[in-house]
Amino acid sequence: MVRGRSITSDAARRVLLLLAVCAAAGFHDTPASAHLQEIAAAVSAEDAAAAGATTAGLFTPGKLPLAVAIIVTSGCIIAWMLQARAGAAMYLRRIPALDAVTNAVGRSTEMGRPVLFIAGIQDMDNIQTVAGITVLSHVAKTTAEYDATIEVPTSRSLVMEAAREAVRGSYQAAGRFDAYNADAIRYITDEQFGFVASVSGQMVREKPAACFYMGCFFAESLILAETGNSIGAIQIAGTAESSQLPFFVAACDYTLIGEEFMAASAYLSGAPDQIGSLKGQDAAKVIVATLILLGVVLATIAALNVPQSEAVSRVLESVKGALGS
Amino acid sequence: MQGVLGILERLDRRWVFLAMALAVAGPILVMGITRKTLPETPTDASRAVFQAVQSLPRGSTVLLSFDFDPGSAGELEPMGVSMARQCALCGHKMVFISLWPLGGQMIDQTIKKVLRADFPHLQDGVDYVNLGFQAGNEQVMRVVLTDFKRAFPTTKSGRATADLPILSGIQRVGDFALLAEVSAGYPGSKEWVQYVVSASGGKLPMVSGCTGVQTPQLYPYFPGQIRGLLGAIKGAAEYESLINAWVLDPANAAEIASTGADVGVSAVIPPKYLEAQRRMGPQLGAHLLMVVLILLGNVVYLAQRRSQRRAAA
Amino acid sequence: MMRIVAMAIASIAGLVMLLSPFFPDLESVGAQSSEIFNVIAAIAFILGAGSLVKVNLSRIGRRDAGWGYALVTLLCFAITLIVGLGKIGVPPNPQFAATPWAGEKDAAGSAFAWIYEFVLTPITSTMFALLAFYVASAAFRAFRAKNREAMLLLGTAFIVLLGRTFAGVWLTGGLPEWASGLRLENLSMFIMQVFNTAGNRAIIIGIALGVTATSLRILLGIDRSWMGAGGGSA
Repeated sequence: MVRGRSITSDAARRVLLLLAVCAAAGFHDTPASAHLQEIAAAVSAEDAAAAGATTAGLFTPGKLPLAVAIIVTSGCIIAWMLQARAGAAMYLRRIPALDAVTNAVGRSTEMGRPVLFIAGIQDMDNIQTVAGITVLSHVAKTTAEYDATIEVPTSRSLVMEAAREAVRGSYQAAGRFDAYNADAIRYITDEQFGFVASVSGQMVREKPAACFYMGCFFAESLILAETGNSIGAIQIAGTAESSQLPFFVAACDYTLIGEEFMAASAYLSGAPDQIGSLKGQDAAKVIVATLILLGVVLATIAALNVPQSEAVSRVLESVKGALGS
Repeated sequence: MQGVLGILERLDRRWVFLAMALAVAGPILVMGITRKTLPETPTDASRAVFQAVQSLPRGSTVLLSFDFDPGSAGELEPMGVSMARQCALCGHKMVFISLWPLGGQMIDQTIKKVLRADFPHLQDGVDYVNLGFQAGNEQVMRVVLTDFKRAFPTTKSGRATADLPILSGIQRVGDFALLAEVSAGYPGSKEWVQYVVSASGGKLPMVSGCTGVQTPQLYPYFPGQIRGLLGAIKGAAEYESLINAWVLDPANAAEIASTGADVGVSAVIPPKYLEAQRRMGPQLGAHLLMVVLILLGNVVYLAQRRSQRRAAA
Repeated sequence: MMRIVAMAIASIAGLVMLLSPFFPDLESVGAQSSEIFNVIAAIAFILGAGSLVKVNLSRIGRRDAGWGYALVTLLCFAITLIVGLGKIGVPPNPQFAATPWAGEKDAAGSAFAWIYEFVLTPITSTMFALLAFYVASAAFRAFRAKNREAMLLLGTAFIVLLGRTFAGVWLTGGLPEWASGLRLENLSMFIMQVFNTAGNRAIIIGIALGVTATSLRILLGIDRSWMGAGGGSA
């Protein structure tokens, strides 16, 4: 039996896209769009006035420091990407959690139990969810190659759709489209604890051999991790929510901390330009660390009772003023 | 391993759960029967919240954002109740909003428990108002920065905010005297700091109450962008004790009475204003149990290591 | 073709959102993009609800393990939907007394409010309370002094655990004023405000840079694995 995307789901997806396009177009004409544009125009006019711009519609001067920071950071990342494309050798340290993905999926295949993947509980507008979906596509490719089954319960409908596309593409790329089951990627509920209750129950009944928690989590992280621990699953977690990292570190076998999780997709793909972007990120980090050190030295001089303190204090205040506006 | 160490090594985690249940239930029962609470020593962060509200001129309009739901109400509802109570005692006006779908109901419960019960002289629409939940997360914050009433065109009950006396002097969020925010996650205090307080150039003072796991994330903003911080139920208990001490002080009776409040200064504080302090008893039991469990776990670990070394030798 | 369109939409929308805080003329476009996302997410719920019903009906039909839970899920979904959409038990809105169904769906006395107060609230509070039990079992199992860093972590944990309760005050409250910094409650605050804050700041900075790099890779179309269909990289 070939299990693939259903006709109903295809049609619904096309209707959704059409509605979205209509919504985008219609926003120019409906009273709601006029209201929204009025609000946004009021916001932009006030921003311009508050920032002292003499001409409406031009750059907001108060945001210049932020713009410079973005340009410098992006410049570093793009420069290293181009270097990597040109063939420069880039060293990347091993990330044990990502090296363990293959072992975890292999374990699932041997034990005949599914792989559970949870892409967080936030929607697609959260970058952690997008990062989670990119990791899902890599994990799904591995499960397709190893002939394991993958279950992806989601907390948002849009995430369900994106996850289905990602898994479907991965199975196709692995040449195992016949094994793709759209119903394995399903929507549970938006409610945080309702979602974790359902997933916990699923974990206790189906006993997945490998659990992946990759995305934005909140209080439910410990419940998921402890339940996974109680069923003896190998658990690999990754999140940029610093408040949940301690729980994952305590209860999971491997944890991707913050930027490691963001780097996961690049690491797993192994593509030179993606690896280059990680090097560019490191370069930006060196710049930030240098600025922090400089700030610490200046603030210390300003706090000490030395002849240069006053001048340094003035410099610091003007920098704070420029950054704070 | 044999004996006690062997039992601990193979301990079913349900025994740990039972121990935790007893560690939490015991103090609840004891404190419920004796009606005693543990003494609290307020920290600077909690005092700062108390002072931030206390120092406002009487009649100031305070924006209270209840960004939490029933799941975190155990930690955060006492904070919301205390904030509303202190504002009412000081004669401030209160505008309640929420960026969480279930936050509107939390506001309703607080208004019913505090304002309607103990401050019946306060009028809805004049002294306080519930504007309910507004969808949009950071988008709402960006709009209130310049036009508050456009983001909240009606109250929760459907009245137009343009006609409300309490909002007559409010054009934008910066016109409020204080932002008091109770946060369980996203959107919450961090987003208010990033999108509103920083954008207002520090002109809008903000105090925040948050869950225990969020507190480390918010300490970098204290005392700069966040003037006062209540971290977890401990912070709520400290804040509650400050308000109760102020109410119980006979020297403040005249000041409280001049706001129209009839709190009947006495030696007894109603139980609903002791909730956070009562919950410190179970917290004490739970924390002590955690310390014991960590110690026992390490005893087992060291014994295992020793027996492994002996076996290797 | 569809992949190219999807990438173009993602790149253009992302670029607009990136530039809109800096150029006032783009503010309204940025706001519209956010609103479009909200509309799409709301419409997507129809697909999610459809999947929920389909999967749970399949489970009941096949009598899979735990099919009773699927039945409960469907019943609760149907009841809440009917009660909410039908505004059952909602008192009339005093401002619009002549208009039926003008009251709020969750007004006091309504069936929806009853479900919220007596079903949802206790259940979510119970699930949140599970954390206390799980953190105890995690502490017993995982907090082992395996090396020097772990011992440092354990020492810090004891200080904070005791310092955040009356136990800390009772144990070290007798210390003289000149040694008040060593009182457990003050030590705990010091750890939170200095060491913990420093560590958090470092993690936040790293995460911010990671988010920037990830977003750039997606906006420039270099990382397309989120698109599926064997996306991979450029």
